[in-house]
Amino acid sequence: MAITTVPGTTRKPGRPTPPHTGPQRTSLGRKVRDNLTGHAFLIGAVLCFVVFSWYPMIRGIVMSFQRTRRGETTWVGWDNYSRIIADPSFWPAWQNTLYFTVLALALGYAVPFFVAILLNEFRHAKGYLRILVYLPVMLPPASALYLFKFYAYDPSEAGLFNAILKALHLPTSQWMQSPEMTMPAMVIASTWMNMGGAVLIYLASLQNIPGELYEAAELDGAGIWKRIRHVTIPQTRLILALLAMIQIVATMQLFIEPLILANGAGAEDSATSVAYLIYQHGFFQNDLNGAAALGVIMLVVLAGFSAAYLRLSAKQD
Amino acid sequence: MAQDSGTRTLISHAQLRRGRGRFIYWALLTVVVVGFTLVFLGPLYWMVTGALKSGQEIAQTPPSLFPKDPQPQNYVDAWNNLDLAKLLFNTFYYAAGAVVFQLVLDTAAAYSLSKLRPMFGNVILALMLATLMIPAMVLIVPQYVTVIDLPILHINLLDSPFAIWLPLVANAFNIFLLKRFFDSIPEELMSAALVDGATPLRTLWSIILPMSRPILGVVSIFAVTAVWKDFLWPKLVMPSPETRTVSVGIYAFAGGTPMNVVIAASVIAAIPTVIVFLIFQRNIMSGLTTGSLKG
Repeated sequence: MAITTVPGTTRKPGRPTPPHTGPQRTSLGRKVRDNLTGHAFLIGAVLCFVVFSWYPMIRGIVMSFQRTRRGETTWVGWDNYSRIIADPSFWPAWQNTLYFTVLALALGYAVPFFVAILLNEFRHAKGYLRILVYLPVMLPPASALYLFKFYAYDPSEAGLFNAILKALHLPTSQWMQSPEMTMPAMVIASTWMNMGGAVLIYLASLQNIPGELYEAAELDGAGIWKRIRHVTIPQTRLILALLAMIQIVATMQLFIEPLILANGAGAEDSATSVAYLIYQHGFFQNDLNGAAALGVIMLVVLAGFSAAYLRLSAKQD
Repeated sequence: MAQDSGTRTLISHAQLRRGRGRFIYWALLTVVVVGFTLVFLGPLYWMVTGALKSGQEIAQTPPSLFPKDPQPQNYVDAWNNLDLAKLLFNTFYYAAGAVVFQLVLDTAAAYSLSKLRPMFGNVILALMLATLMIPAMVLIVPQYVTVIDLPILHINLLDSPFAIWLPLVANAFNIFLLKRFFDSIPEELMSAALVDGATPLRTLWSIILPMSRPILGVVSIFAVTAVWKDFLWPKLVMPSPETRTVSVGIYAFAGGTPMNVVIAASVIAAIPTVIVFLIFQRNIMSGLTTGSLKG
């Protein structure tokens, strides 16, 4: 909304400016001063973004085409990329990470949604249940993961999970020591630690669904499942889509679970993740450039996901 | 304690009050309350009591529900051997600094973007929000390289708390939360203050900030939990034993320490965040919900 000062209107000093207009900009000097004040308030945060976010983003891409050895930096083209792809752990890491993403979505995406629907129906103990679901989110991940590692995933029958399986007369598992169970075990731990956030976000969006929609659906004879399908899901579609994206980005960064639960690589490379490989190359194999290249690859893959996601959601509208 | 008993949800109130519906409702509620308590509180119980067990008792099958011969010594050992006092102090110190830096710099930035609206403000905001799409892992290497040799200044921030504080200021989510809150403060208040001759700083301090206590609380809690829960970044930039955070310290000791002592240390490390959560859970819940989606 542009405000033009009408010639001839005399402004008495101290007259209140009209509402919704913000500061009146009269002269050039005033304008410059206002801008400078605005930027002065911004500068601290902007500098932090420049140094710790925007510049590293560009630097990461530049680094991925360079090689620094004994303090000398040279341009090496795609060498870092071919070296990192040739790493025997490269494909297993991607396989594991994508497998984790899919499993984590299957479990960590649907479960919170239904938990939220359930909690939203309750008229009692709501606060208590909400606190319970969110409590693990507040634990330092290292604390929660040591609990899983030592007490729950103990491969002998002294472990909590095996004791429960045994009591139910089900076959026990080697958990982290079996390559097949490594990923599901990490997904269980990760979902337990993280689902609280998603549940609360779903709860908030469920509370925004107008009650009349359910009423109308009920009058039309729609049962509970139909009401979920035709009212709840369409009404929360935006949030569902948004959280799916957030969760994909989060699960692709799988790192602390393999590091603590599987001591990094796990049995037969069954736990190595892309993020762990970045860490390995960057901080153990003295290959920061290779690690930067892998970071760029990860960024490209995620950008691909985002593009596909945008196309899909555009098609739906 | 149904705070929103007035709103209609998936199943109508009438249906839940009638005979069969009522029975199912109470049965389901009981199952869920018991189930959730077991699933979410159970492991914490297991953790606290497990750390009290002796090494032999931990290896016993089937595992015991109560420690037969509680060994509080495990907690004492954890406290002494890992130097938890030092680790906790470090983490508190980093968390407190993170709150101060984020409150000052992010609030100022959000205020400027929301109320002062300088030239290119929208471009800057868009560039900030774009960083939300970049996973932290992608930036970890170039960020580390930047921190060990800051551009222009050529300062090495390793083992300096600034290596934790400053990158946390570059938090687009918090700026977005604050800006949204400031946007909801009527413009009239701003112009009234301006007319009274208040400087922008004075307006921020005496008008905006007092009205923004809830959101400032939320941002502070997020800052504290972010520091408490972060692992890889503090592990990289705080390499020496004197500057470690508590999570990193436990990880560093886990290899050569008996596992019940590691668990005891994990319990102690979790206590501060759990207490923060129980005290501020209302603010956290409202922050999560208002922040993300309403509107």
